[in-house]
Amino acid sequence: MKFLRMRPGHGEQLIAEGDPEVAEDEQRLVDEFRRQLDAGMWAAVPVTSEAGRREAAMVHDFGQIPRDTERVIFFPRAAGGGR
Amino acid sequence: MTAALIATAIVVVALLWETMLPWIERRLAGLRARREARSIGVPAYDPGRERRAEQRARELLRSCVNDEEWEMYRDLGFIRVWGGQAGGPEEGWDLGGAPYAYLIYPHKPIVAYLPQTGQLLNEYCVEFPDETRPFGSARLPDSDDALAKWMALKGDEQRLIGQANLHLPGRQIDPRKVQRDLWRLRQWERTRLERLARTPREASGSGQT
Repeated sequence: MKFLRMRPGHGEQLIAEGDPEVAEDEQRLVDEFRRQLDAGMWAAVPVTSEAGRREAAMVHDFGQIPRDTERVIFFPRAAGGGR
Repeated sequence: MTAALIATAIVVVALLWETMLPWIERRLAGLRARREARSIGVPAYDPGRERRAEQRARELLRSCVNDEEWEMYRDLGFIRVWGGQAGGPEEGWDLGGAPYAYLIYPHKPIVAYLPQTGQLLNEYCVEFPDETRPFGSARLPDSDDALAKWMALKGDEQRLIGQANLHLPGRQIDPRKVQRDLWRLRQWERTRLERLARTPREASGSGQT
């Protein structure tokens, strides 16, 4: 499982990688997940529907991430603009 | 004669000065901003870096969205996403069951509209500012901004719309441009369907669309 974060001037950056089935990796991923959300990020998981369409699911807790997910994408939380 | 020429020259210089003054002020402000950014350790603007970032962002976008949506973005510069709420984009709306959709433009408001009639509903102004500002800017690459909107709309439409500033159509994007884009989208879809009909193998390979 890879954690990617969108960043200005970078595109996506790999911020963590590990196998959630391995306890040590899982703990590292959980810690990083929390750190990103605490830093104001939103997290999304690319998913494929039963009909074969690509969709996205927002996740708020590490436990919501499907175990077979390859990528979790973090991006800054939305704020109203254009005032 | 000489006096007349001197007077004319003075007038020309004065007029030029008036015309150039705003431009000079903008240049000086830009120089000051760059000097301040350098003094606090922010790297200078690098167009090559921004292009590479955008290239990476495009690849990420392509790997996440459906083939049709990727081609739409590549060819037209925006992505259409169908709305998923029963009554409409916001609570309390009732569109009578009519489907609605959004146009996602990078770094511009999301535009909600009715595909059947082309009626524009609202502009939802939303940003994803990265306050860590790794290179002095909080602005994501264009394709990352589009992907963030796509994921947030797909994953939690209500939450994103709830965060956005709501405006009537035309606040930031000219409605004539949106109508032109909707026309382009219809043309593009027709051409794409014709192409897929001619190449059934390609059609069967794009089951995600």
